[in-house]
Amino acid sequence: MDMPAPNPAILARKARMVQRLSEVLPPDAVIHDEAETRAYECDALSAYACPPMIAVLPGSTAEVSAVLRICHEEGVPVVPRAAGTSLAGGSLPTADSVILGVSRMNDVLETDYDNRVIRVQTGRTNLSVSGAVEEDGFFYAPDPSSQLACAIAGNIAMNSGGAHCLKYGVTTNNLMGVTLVMMDGTIVEIGGAHLDAGGLDLLGVICGSEGQLGVVTEATLRILPKPEGARPILVGYDSAEVAGQCVSDIIKAGVLPVAIEYMDRPCIEATEDFAGAGYPLCEALLIIEVEGSPEEIDVQLGMIKEIARKHDPVELREAQDADEAARIWLGRKSAFGAMGNINDYMCLDGTIPVSALPEVLRGMEALSKQYGLDVANVFHAGDGNLHPLILYNANTPGDLEKCEAFGADILRLCVELGGCLTGEHGVGIEKRDLMLVQYEAADLLAQMAVKDVFDPAWLLNPAKVFPLAVSETRRAVAAE
Amino acid sequence: MARPETEQDLAEVVRAATEPLRIVGGGTRGMGGAGTPLETGGLAGIELYEPGALTLVVRAGTPVAEVETALAAEGQRLAFEPMDHRGLIGGGGTPTIGGVCAGNISGPRRINAGACRDFMLGVRFVDGTGQVIKNGGRVMKNVTGYDLVKLMGGSYGTLGVLTEVALKVLPAPAETAVLRLRGLSDADAVRALSAGLTSPFEVTGAAHAPQGPGGEPETWLRIEGFAEQMSYRTGKLQGVLAPFGEVEILRDPEETASIWRWVRDVAPFHDTAGDVWRISCKPTEGPQIASRLDAAGLLYDWGGGLIWALLPEGADARARLGDFGGHATLVRGSGQRFHPEPAPIAALTAGLRAKFDPKGIFNPGLMG
Repeated sequence: MDMPAPNPAILARKARMVQRLSEVLPPDAVIHDEAETRAYECDALSAYACPPMIAVLPGSTAEVSAVLRICHEEGVPVVPRAAGTSLAGGSLPTADSVILGVSRMNDVLETDYDNRVIRVQTGRTNLSVSGAVEEDGFFYAPDPSSQLACAIAGNIAMNSGGAHCLKYGVTTNNLMGVTLVMMDGTIVEIGGAHLDAGGLDLLGVICGSEGQLGVVTEATLRILPKPEGARPILVGYDSAEVAGQCVSDIIKAGVLPVAIEYMDRPCIEATEDFAGAGYPLCEALLIIEVEGSPEEIDVQLGMIKEIARKHDPVELREAQDADEAARIWLGRKSAFGAMGNINDYMCLDGTIPVSALPEVLRGMEALSKQYGLDVANVFHAGDGNLHPLILYNANTPGDLEKCEAFGADILRLCVELGGCLTGEHGVGIEKRDLMLVQYEAADLLAQMAVKDVFDPAWLLNPAKVFPLAVSETRRAVAAE
Repeated sequence: MARPETEQDLAEVVRAATEPLRIVGGGTRGMGGAGTPLETGGLAGIELYEPGALTLVVRAGTPVAEVETALAAEGQRLAFEPMDHRGLIGGGGTPTIGGVCAGNISGPRRINAGACRDFMLGVRFVDGTGQVIKNGGRVMKNVTGYDLVKLMGGSYGTLGVLTEVALKVLPAPAETAVLRLRGLSDADAVRALSAGLTSPFEVTGAAHAPQGPGGEPETWLRIEGFAEQMSYRTGKLQGVLAPFGEVEILRDPEETASIWRWVRDVAPFHDTAGDVWRISCKPTEGPQIASRLDAAGLLYDWGGGLIWALLPEGADARARLGDFGGHATLVRGSGQRFHPEPAPIAALTAGLRAKFDPKGIFNPGLMG
């Protein structure tokens, strides 16, 4: 992946930038030593790394505003960073950029159960938002698999999803308000504890804008009363078609599980070797979870089992207690670790209409042979979000490039079948150059027009989301 | 007036336009700006409906009723329960799905299921230069580029004319039950609604009418699901609501549907004189905020977070309200429809309109 060459004029201003930033931040919040800035050289897309010129760790909205105002005046690009767990390179720096980390801002500002909202600083981790309210019987619904580490600022930037979004939606459906600091330092309050926008839905376009429109320092999030209970069942099938049909029949029958997870044979085999969850070795495995009181769960699982049995499963296992439920989830939750145990892997994130599943899996198998790389699939089947994991060896020259080409072909296939490039990870640098597969140039110009309004100088995270050639003239203005 | 039959023809009308256009779906909400009417009713029909994927793609001018009929045939529905404005505005016309999306029109179930914009998966629209633009898609999770789908939802045609929308639909539950309390003050009613909404029993409607259909205060909570769920959840919620008074349980499908239609369409203000305001606020503050209005009539939805108020013609609700954390929209009456925005937000709004509609022809004067 190409990144724009650093601007020498900016690099030459490093000392002045350090000086100016130090005037508005505590001494330990301005990191400019070359050894220390290495800590910010990459995110979870670790194949790409570049230390920033400076990293800053402001502790308040006012400090964020001061930092952005200075960078704006100096024409220095800013790359916002939350917890650095992006799989798409969303917080990959350039050598002439200032990394703005929000990790020190992690307080809960207000909890309001009667209105079912919590207000937090956005450096707070996803899981600790739920942690702050769970003793009182509430939770924050979006649950990306990195939820122990990832922070709300990044969740908002990427509009993160999770396994349970079939029922609860993704970040944008659970975000009610933000404090946004714009590139020129202006602080804007958008939304709040009320339920809808007063004018244009700016919150809707800020969420998922990958840190290109502003830095979100505080957020009002919807919290929900915890369901009384949840229980999964596991169903194995001999074919992807049949499993896909089963998912579709469950949804059509009017049952709405909170999660329907899908694993294919390569993934089942790898996780069995790694975690020994006792999964059947079959072509397609579904984990379906429903919520409610024990009696309500019985009713829903009864309907699901009836549908599942019509499709001749090779196995159908219902959790009888919490231990068994945990074992059903164990393999799924260790899938990524299991893959990492075998080899390096790249995790893709395309989404397809559920009906296209068999076709996508067949296409992937053919591509896997063509490229000579193995691929395993974990899939949020209820909402069509695929996570193909392509195995490669980072130490074999050319393997990474081959893996990337394979991945790009899979994503092209997703788009061809009516889907999209990314369901929850974001574009970042990873899918940037594929944007024209999904969109026409005019569609991208319309998106860039929004950035023109929020950040006319194109200083915020400028080298992301849009193909470099498409954003070049806009970024060139900033570099002057 | 123009009523194009294809997206290309609509784009051509916009490209050629030099004077303001008033974007009209079914014309039932009376929210367009000044200008020559540009009707979308010619762009009608369902493009794709996959019940097993909960996905519907439909042309913008399609009547809502046609969409609802198609969904009902598969036991599904638009979960955000769009309001029908005809009774309130007192006009004719046929509500279209494009109008619903352009206005982000959401009914009582918004409190639980989300707003119209939460169910919008993709859009096609024509911008102010006549360029056709698509954003989003037909899949439920999509973070590929900026979410202009949300931006278009609730933009009332000021950024572009919707030509097609992709929506997430949901199964319609087998049964509905309503828990009704009578005679509560507004403050107690909102406390009761909060108690229901903070329980794990998934209340999908929470409304209060100081003057219900019979003239006395009525407070309603709705739950929906399987038959077995209904008995269990109504029983549990009866316990939760017991401190607020006697709780009646209604299970008759006709009766429960008519209550929520009454709330959804703001029936108490049909055939009345005066202006109708729609106020969005923090739910628990609803009664206190409403008390500043000195309104001739009130209706609370969304657990108190949506206030419908009937005021004398020309009365300025915003002046009566003063500062509060929310906004007031004038839905019936003449005057500034949308709440004035703080300067930095107004600048963003103006900037976006200038980009998407550089000729300034889409519903000028409507939003900000």
